[in-house]
Amino acid sequence: MLRKIIVLLLIFVGFSGTSMAFSGEEGESESFNTGEMIMEHISDAHEWHLWNGHYGTLPLPVILYSQQNGIVAFLSSKFEHGHASYQGYKMEEGHIVAEDGHSFIDFSITKNVAQLMFNVVLMFVVFFTAAKGYKKREGRAPKGLQSLLEPIIIFVRDEIVKPNIGKNYNKYLPYFLTLFFFIWFGNLIGLMPGAANLTGNIAITCVLAVITLVLTMFSSNKHYWKHIFWPPGVPVPIKFIIVPIEIIGILTKPFSLMIRLFVAITAGHIVLLSLMFMTFIFASWGVGIGSSLVVLFINIIEILVATIQAYVFTLFSSMYIGMAMEEHH
Amino acid sequence: MLLTLLLDFYYGIVGAGIGAGLVAIGAGIGIGKIGASAMEAMARQPEASGKVQTAMLIIAALIEVIALFGVVICFLISQQTPPAV
Repeated sequence: MLRKIIVLLLIFVGFSGTSMAFSGEEGESESFNTGEMIMEHISDAHEWHLWNGHYGTLPLPVILYSQQNGIVAFLSSKFEHGHASYQGYKMEEGHIVAEDGHSFIDFSITKNVAQLMFNVVLMFVVFFTAAKGYKKREGRAPKGLQSLLEPIIIFVRDEIVKPNIGKNYNKYLPYFLTLFFFIWFGNLIGLMPGAANLTGNIAITCVLAVITLVLTMFSSNKHYWKHIFWPPGVPVPIKFIIVPIEIIGILTKPFSLMIRLFVAITAGHIVLLSLMFMTFIFASWGVGIGSSLVVLFINIIEILVATIQAYVFTLFSSMYIGMAMEEHH
Repeated sequence: MLLTLLLDFYYGIVGAGIGAGLVAIGAGIGIGKIGASAMEAMARQPEASGKVQTAMLIIAALIEVIALFGVVICFLISQQTPPAV
């Protein structure tokens, strides 16, 4: 078993290393710009770059809406990597702009959106398979995917949701399970070679944090608001200082959730890629072997971080929601 | 005039480097303290070592994120193109 895991890890790291090497080789002939390469890997794009060459790039649909043109949809390959303009739109440094300068809304399926859809489909497949297993083997021991997921689901229920939410936890359990598995799957798939940096996108983490904020608002009771606007047991002059801080605190909690996940995943990718690109900066075999070993180590840590960040996000979300619905004592 | 502008910008990069270093020192102290206390706790109560280890890892991850703030900010500042003069 251990040997299998080690072999799998070596294949995984070797593959990610070579795929990066292939995408790096082209730039080397001119001057190798590490920062640009890293930015390209961690940011969103209108095309999915897998490897160099003619078939290595997957064009993604561009959908634009403006008042004068209505809905315009075409593939991003029409831009020819920013060299051509199409239907009055052109690509400038990865962003679509209108040639005559009119404003429009960009609904394009970018790399991150495609990855999000892939993530959703994967989650549907995995969890419907597991759910079917429970129907088929009712009352018997779990098997296959079920036995993998059951301990994690029970962990989320018993260690995260139940202690923080309290007696009404069943109502909130679906949200926290979805949150945990969405972030976890996103983090893990993001580590795969060629995948988009889904949870390292601030828009995605922002949406997750806003959902938590909305849930906190809806499940809050009057004690929560009383503690914010008129904290009991505090002298009146100090209340004038504390109340603004408490009001800001409503927003800083989801803000910290958003920033924490975004930074942890993005910085993990930056560290991995920087170490990988050391080989191309120094252009030597010795550094290549050394940095591959370090990248293997960091990659394993990143798998751990992916899990811990999903756990921490779920834990803090449930703590905030639990705090808002705490009964008076 | 031109020289001062250039100098200003490169001072910014140096500042980013120093800041990232300071963040690393802070995170190092934090993780070191967690590790020390966790070791002590495990030595005092070996039967609770599993629980201590989990809590230690979670708090270490929280501190690591702060160290990673340094990485991200340093990276972003080093990516800035010098102002056109």
